[in-house]
Amino acid sequence: MTTSDVIISEADRADKPLLEIRDLAISFQTGSGEVQAVRNAHLTIMPGETVAIVGESGSGKSTTALAAIGLLPGNGRVSGGQILLDGEDISQAPEKRMIELRGNTIGMVPQDPMSNLNPVWKIGYQVKETLRANGRPCGPADVAKVLAQAGLPDAERRAKQYPHEFSGGMRQRALIAIGLSCQPRLLIADEPTSALDVTVQRQILDHLEQMTSELGTSVLLITHDLGLAAERADKVVVMYRGNVVEAGPSLELLQNPQHPYTQRLVASAPSLASRRIQVAKELGVESDELLAPGTSPGGAVVVKPTMTEDVLQIQNLRKVFKLRSGFGKSTDFTAVDDVSFSVKRGTTTAIVGESGSGKSTVAQMVLNLLQPTSGKIVFDGVDTSTLNNKEIFAFRRRVQPIFQDPYGSLDPMYNIFRTIEEPLRTHKIGDKASREKKVRELLDQVALPQSTMQRYPNELSGGQRQRVAIARALALDPEVIICDEAVSALDVLVQAQVLNLLAELQSRLGLTYLFITHDLAVVRQIADHVCVMEKGKLVETGSTDDVFDAPQRDYTKALLNAIPGARLMLPPEVA
Amino acid sequence: MKTNREIEHFVAPVEETPLLATDSLKTDQAPLSLWADAWRKLRRRPLFIISAVMIALIIIVALFPGLFTHVAPNDNCQLANSDGAPAAGHPLGFTFQGCDVYSRIIHGTQASLMVGVFSVLFVLIIGVTLGALAGFYGGWIDAVIARLGDIFFALPLILGALVVSQLPFMRENRGVWTVVMVLVVLGWPQMARITRGAVIEVRNADFVTAARSLGVSRLGSLIRHVLPNALAPIIVLATMELGVFIVAEATLSFIGIGLPGSIMSWGNDIAAAKSSVRTNPAILLYPAMALSVTVLSFIMLGDALRDALDPKSRQR
Repeated sequence: MTTSDVIISEADRADKPLLEIRDLAISFQTGSGEVQAVRNAHLTIMPGETVAIVGESGSGKSTTALAAIGLLPGNGRVSGGQILLDGEDISQAPEKRMIELRGNTIGMVPQDPMSNLNPVWKIGYQVKETLRANGRPCGPADVAKVLAQAGLPDAERRAKQYPHEFSGGMRQRALIAIGLSCQPRLLIADEPTSALDVTVQRQILDHLEQMTSELGTSVLLITHDLGLAAERADKVVVMYRGNVVEAGPSLELLQNPQHPYTQRLVASAPSLASRRIQVAKELGVESDELLAPGTSPGGAVVVKPTMTEDVLQIQNLRKVFKLRSGFGKSTDFTAVDDVSFSVKRGTTTAIVGESGSGKSTVAQMVLNLLQPTSGKIVFDGVDTSTLNNKEIFAFRRRVQPIFQDPYGSLDPMYNIFRTIEEPLRTHKIGDKASREKKVRELLDQVALPQSTMQRYPNELSGGQRQRVAIARALALDPEVIICDEAVSALDVLVQAQVLNLLAELQSRLGLTYLFITHDLAVVRQIADHVCVMEKGKLVETGSTDDVFDAPQRDYTKALLNAIPGARLMLPPEVA
Repeated sequence: MKTNREIEHFVAPVEETPLLATDSLKTDQAPLSLWADAWRKLRRRPLFIISAVMIALIIIVALFPGLFTHVAPNDNCQLANSDGAPAAGHPLGFTFQGCDVYSRIIHGTQASLMVGVFSVLFVLIIGVTLGALAGFYGGWIDAVIARLGDIFFALPLILGALVVSQLPFMRENRGVWTVVMVLVVLGWPQMARITRGAVIEVRNADFVTAARSLGVSRLGSLIRHVLPNALAPIIVLATMELGVFIVAEATLSFIGIGLPGSIMSWGNDIAAAKSSVRTNPAILLYPAMALSVTVLSFIMLGDALRDALDPKSRQR
């Protein structure tokens, strides 16, 4: 009798939503009046359920989650609707009540593991602080237990270390430990792994999933990656410009997106797309033929004559950095170790690797901004290390970079016209009128309105800035473009747009790309050849199809496996 | 944990949030450079408006003292008027020597302002050049310039000024330019330090690397990209130093190693008034007030500029 009562009440509880957000509106007080950041948001999290909010930057996904834990920035407030936690409206709850709830009932794993641990306190102390604040036992053994549960090996010793002694993945584990230390019923994870390498991301998410399912914790996962959301969550909520535009079971949402925005998102998510971006229209090739390159006569005519030539040859490249260690002593750090590969004209070669693999160092050396310790870089038959100043100047015309950070790579003091004109002026090409004409053409090429010329970088979005950077790189009609994580900082839709633009420019201008990236999903979309780097060494090279279909090395396999959403099977027409 | 629970599939009506073209450009606003942006912020700030009006007034006074007083400052100094109370045509009374206080303050503006402006100008030329070279090239250039700056930095202003002004050349040619020289010699290291820091912050920015890979030379990228982006803190410091140098001139004149008594300046007037402090403190008060108001204006302007040029607050 009593046992069945318990079962009923537990089942009863399991049927009631743990967190319910109804018609939530959040506004921010800014210099130019009140701005609505979130409107009519609604979402339900059942006990033990994982719900993901997906959206691009500025869509209001983080704001919604912060409102649920009562941590909106000072100028933001809930201006309407309800946040029901177990039936209790906490949207206007006093700070005292929120302090009671935080940690115990709602835990949080913040986004950036690098800045969210206090550098002056030991990890153990920071865990202890949380435990003590929530009235839980906080002896060294309890702290070690919490850390061990989050998957930190040798937890007792680790607890005595400082954050700077931890790698990014370990810090994120420590933060997860803190977030889950008081066994909250709801865990809010705000982009918990976006700053980490894919393989680490996978480990951490696997572990998080295991922990929360053991504890029966509900998770509100915030991410920009649709593939990751679908893989990890029961339910996906898509937000766009402050509104929830679609919500539903994750797989169904991916297979059958209803709202036009979700459709767009699904279509351009790189982790879900399986096929290389091709500019079919320009080449006049049927899409069937694209799947079998080389057999299509239409496409081959344009590219073939130049395809055979190696425009870049990298031979046994090594770079050793001297690291200072104490008085006058230095240790060698080999960033790039015996790397050789070649790049054919008119193709895209991707260098893939995790942070610290030396891929960016290779790019810097190819750009002649860094001298190799040994080895050769042969560009168009000439060893670039033998160039004198004048020849380097000419070399710069032919090899151009596009950098990762679209916010950092444009001089904020220059308007867009001056930015794009600078390479022309530096190389003394044409007169004022012809330069202006060229700038207009370049803006057309990257699909920006010509009125952009008068604007300054701070007025443009990340994608627009990256287009400007592309236009600047194209100004000198280069043959090779080195893209150093050129799309990594962009939102998915914008990323897809920029990748399409790059592909289109390649087919139109016969450009050669050397594409440095950590994102294998992007590689599959754009590259012909892949070089996989690990700790300075080249571990695998081959055509993209070969590497993706039949990876030879364990490391490559691990990388491929870690692509979020890779394990989801989608009907081809969606991908 | 995947559950078997039924999850409803919700789709918002499309009209509610109309889709924008991905990454569309706002074209309805006027283009905005750093300076235009700063100006837009400044012109609404009372702090800036008040200080700018004050400084404009001070500059006009310095350039055209005749517009503000018809009494020649040093004519008709009659000992009968010594420490005299305000009288018709002499609103602030008379000094110990019987000269018109108001007229002396108006005519003293020029020397004070000249010292400030020229000191800042030369400090900018020397400090920014050395600081930029040190910050941009680093290595031994940095070490040499930093140590050189430390030597001058270690000298207290008064002590340093006493030593420098005792050089025979300085003693023989005392005037505005020797005071400027003393202040520049002792004042450039601070400007160099600020510039060095700002340059180091900018020199590793991606846009500098981008410029270099476009073929812009190292010096070219320093002048065209790094310095313009490091300018904000330099301008702020220069504005504030202008006030500081005016005070320094008054200090030096007060202890008798600044401007010679033949040149009218606020510092000299304050020095001369010290003998009458007990009998007529007003004589001390008026030039000191002129000095404070001027310095305050410049420091307020610097403050307002710092807020407006702060890159972190820069967005629409």
